[in-house]
Amino acid sequence: MSATSIPLAEGRTDWDLPYRGRVAMLSLITAEAAIFSIFVVAYLFYIGKSLTGPMPKGVLSVPIFYTICLLSSSLTIHLAASALRRGTIRNFRILWFITIVLGAVFLYGTATEWHRLIYRAGLTISTNLFGTTYYSLVGLHGFHVIVGLLCLSLVMAFTLLGSVRAEHAERIDVLSLYWHFVDAVWIVVFTVVYVIGM
Amino acid sequence: MSQLAFWICGSGIAFAEPNPPFSPTNIFAPASTPAKSIFGLTLFVLAVTAAIFIVVFALLLYAVARFRKKADDDGREPPQVYGSNQVELAWTIIPILIVVALVMATARVVAVVQNASPPGNAILVTAIGHQFWWEYRYPGLGVVTANELHVPVSDPVHPTPTFIRLLSADTDHSFWVPRLAGKTDLIPNHPNTMWIDPMATGVYLGQCAQYCGTQHAKMLLRVYVQSKDEFDRWIEQQHQPASISEAVSQGQQIFETTACINCHRVSGTVADGRFGPDLTHLMSRDTIAAGAAPNTPENLRLWIRNPNAIKPGSLMPAMQLSEQQMDALTAYLETLH
Amino acid sequence: MSTESIAWPSTTEESRSFVEHLHEWVATVDHKRLGLLYIAFALVFLIIAGLEAMVIRIQLIRPHNDFVSPQVFNRLFTMHGTTMIFFVVMPVLFGFANYLIPLMIGARDMAFPRLNAFSFWMTAFGGLLLYFSVLGGNGLYGAGNAPDVGWFAYAPLTSQTFSLGHSTDFWTLALLVSGFGSIGTAINIIATVLCMRCPGMTLAKMPLFAWLNLIMAGLVVLAVSPLTAAQIMLVIDRYLGGHFFDTQAGGSAVIWMHFFWVFGHPEVYILVLPAFAFASEIIPVFSRKPIFGYSVMVGATIAIGFISMSVWAHHMFTVGMNAAANTFFVISTMAIAVPTGIKIFNWLATIWGGKIEFKTPMLFCIAFLFQFLIAGLTGIMQGAAPFDWHLGNSYFVVAHFHYVIVGGILFCVFGAFYYWFPKMTGKMYSELLGKLHFWIFIIGFHLTFDFMHIPGLLGMPRRIYTYEPGRGWDIWNFIVTIGVFFQAAGILVFLGNLIWSYFRGKPAGNDPWDAWTLEWSTNSPPPDYNFAAIPVVKSRRPLWDLKHPDDPDWKYE
Repeated sequence: MSATSIPLAEGRTDWDLPYRGRVAMLSLITAEAAIFSIFVVAYLFYIGKSLTGPMPKGVLSVPIFYTICLLSSSLTIHLAASALRRGTIRNFRILWFITIVLGAVFLYGTATEWHRLIYRAGLTISTNLFGTTYYSLVGLHGFHVIVGLLCLSLVMAFTLLGSVRAEHAERIDVLSLYWHFVDAVWIVVFTVVYVIGM
Repeated sequence: MSQLAFWICGSGIAFAEPNPPFSPTNIFAPASTPAKSIFGLTLFVLAVTAAIFIVVFALLLYAVARFRKKADDDGREPPQVYGSNQVELAWTIIPILIVVALVMATARVVAVVQNASPPGNAILVTAIGHQFWWEYRYPGLGVVTANELHVPVSDPVHPTPTFIRLLSADTDHSFWVPRLAGKTDLIPNHPNTMWIDPMATGVYLGQCAQYCGTQHAKMLLRVYVQSKDEFDRWIEQQHQPASISEAVSQGQQIFETTACINCHRVSGTVADGRFGPDLTHLMSRDTIAAGAAPNTPENLRLWIRNPNAIKPGSLMPAMQLSEQQMDALTAYLETLH
Repeated sequence: MSTESIAWPSTTEESRSFVEHLHEWVATVDHKRLGLLYIAFALVFLIIAGLEAMVIRIQLIRPHNDFVSPQVFNRLFTMHGTTMIFFVVMPVLFGFANYLIPLMIGARDMAFPRLNAFSFWMTAFGGLLLYFSVLGGNGLYGAGNAPDVGWFAYAPLTSQTFSLGHSTDFWTLALLVSGFGSIGTAINIIATVLCMRCPGMTLAKMPLFAWLNLIMAGLVVLAVSPLTAAQIMLVIDRYLGGHFFDTQAGGSAVIWMHFFWVFGHPEVYILVLPAFAFASEIIPVFSRKPIFGYSVMVGATIAIGFISMSVWAHHMFTVGMNAAANTFFVISTMAIAVPTGIKIFNWLATIWGGKIEFKTPMLFCIAFLFQFLIAGLTGIMQGAAPFDWHLGNSYFVVAHFHYVIVGGILFCVFGAFYYWFPKMTGKMYSELLGKLHFWIFIIGFHLTFDFMHIPGLLGMPRRIYTYEPGRGWDIWNFIVTIGVFFQAAGILVFLGNLIWSYFRGKPAGNDPWDAWTLEWSTNSPPPDYNFAAIPVVKSRRPLWDLKHPDDPDWKYE
């Protein structure tokens, strides 16, 4: 029995659903936020509970400069995305590159800090509860920065090859959402480790 | 269905029966205040859930029977009903009220049991959970023993409860003697407290209720509730140093020169190990290996020769001794009253 | 009785070699194929975990039995629980979700087909990794060492000190890997449901199946991550000398419990919401009425999703939290009963006034209603914390959660198999075998899980490889074990039905059930592209509108 068949959808312009890349990235960010929350809770719970060994006040130095670098990279990536949307590829290229550099500087800062902590202050992940929670939390964040930088570098490579154009702005937006998340997590980690934890 | 049956049976069970129907570990036969408070709450909760069950079950049964497609069906679709706000409101409000009642009843019992503090005449015991046995220390009375907990009976009019501090030497355990109290866990680095005030003498059974490794199943509990006199006599006996006898000196020598003393303590001798149970008054206990076997010479000998025969995976190693050494050693241990 | 849909004429099919067929399946990104892969994977592990359960029950048929050693027993219950939850129930639910969601919302595939494939293979690899422990878990005790720490792997039993060798690591890594797969699938479901609905299908008009899976996916995203985090911490403890759960260094065993149950409780709602989804599609069709209270059903599910994140420590009532904390979790646990009860009442109201057809899918869903009611009530009992001080960690809990997972979820899964089998294969299953499966299985289910409550009430703890005679537990354990054989027989009938009907079943046509959602408007099985043209809908039951043009749903919604 063939009554009126289901109407066809061609040519319909009023059906506008969200961009799936954005929805997926926001879902991923939610999942990652949940993982970080658990590490933050562990960090907060174990403040002051180490039985031995170096304590935060004695060995940590607040990384103001590197934090500024990382947070500025959120600004530069935002400007880069706007530049791409407007079509000014050259500006996009420069700002994108600066973002990567700022992120790399932050990682360098983390690396030197860890080197000092391990070899001069004697704090490792197995020293005490502080060591375990500190390296895990900051390390997890650093790992996400590395992943982010890899993705940003991939885009940089595509840009240099001339493959990135204004029509890709939405995808760049999605990637920059991830980068903003990484920065937001750093704000939380910074507060927990260097403000509350000291 | 099974809940209903037990609700009916439970209310008929006398308290503190020596041999309660169905089981010596029946949660419906409380013999101590915490268990009784829980029992009261249990009956209330079972009554409420039984009522809900009867009503909803009946409605479901009716719906399934009454609204069957009949054999002489005319093929037309039934009235398409999409919803009803009033009905939704009704079956939201009523459950909320039921939930409020349940929460209030529950919160009261939680507070009564958890917020109790030991009165001056309470017996204080520290229970330390080990893989796979129970260590009991009576700090105020200077007694150290294992696996069989002795407490005085408590007169409801002038209670003499026992407050137990729960610690662990290794993994998580749980102390569960259903007729005396709900279970409370023994967690390393997380001391807990529980209390009991058993109102009738007797032996109360239970076992470890938190998976703790290979022999979790045979970490049994025996609580001996005794009259004041019997309890005092038991304490007296536990205070005695270990009996020394010429007749078993060879056995004692084997005990003190092999690995036994690494784990076990016999007070008044060189044996001062803490890893395993204190053996000073081994023969005052009805069972060995945390209830895994009755305390007979044959079982004792077997346990020492090959623990895996009684409790495979227990942490007691098989002592590689000759038959003659085994005889002497067992004879020695048999004197430790 | 359905509209004809246009299918492209198939090009001449050259016979393809076995390797080409295999490659098609291994390399597929099509949601229907991946759905079937998930389901097949789940069935294989169902049999394996079911055999594990059988051995467990044979060991417990009488006290002091020695069918297996304690070491083997402890590995069996760990593997049984872990397998059933992560490699049977989750995959089968993801499989049905993958298969049906695009069809139900009028899309051609999931939002991210390659992510879909990646997620499946991560899950599959996780399952294989877990079972590789049986062969390769080489630790200090020689070859073969499956994990034996229980499916919730409490610390410090999982530390290097108490868990020698690599068996615990297999548990940790297998679940870590499959956890990534679960999160991938959840992201895919969220993006698909939010971004790929056909024109006219607003959120308020999509099938409850899509809603329930959307909320389930949200829970996965929020709840699986804490498990991932805790497992990373465990690996750090075991291999980098960390002290997260190291009680000797001031660490906390209780914090593992908190982290695990923050995952563990929402996990059971992750398992049950898709089962609710099946019931919400099947019950209306076989009652010949729309679901009663669609908006309330959605609202109740959202409420369940939220509240489920706040009840976790009701698994920890015996741990020694203070009275205030215990009371908080009593309140949240009792509270979740309200929206859950609302759902049961709405299903009841759907049946009420209808014309029930007792086909096999409906039989399973009706049984689900009765059984889930009981399961919910035993849950309320345990929510009363002092009562749980007895019931917790006893066979009452084991009975309760099997009542939910088998009596509730598995029954709905069986219903789903029978309901959508014609769509997926184009063939009708044997109704006779279906009913046989139902009756044999339900007898076994009740023998086992009704009577299992009793030893719990009589003081029998869980996870014990044997028990003492004279505790009054013997007869009940015996009956429980007998029931297992009935269930096994039922499963065999089920599998036989699937296989036989696949080859010899009658052609089913597009719409054998006279149903109302979009998947019934296309071929059985659907072509690769799902629909010849993307449909446009006006109500929650687009096919009802087509079949009843004089009385369409959109007039009343």
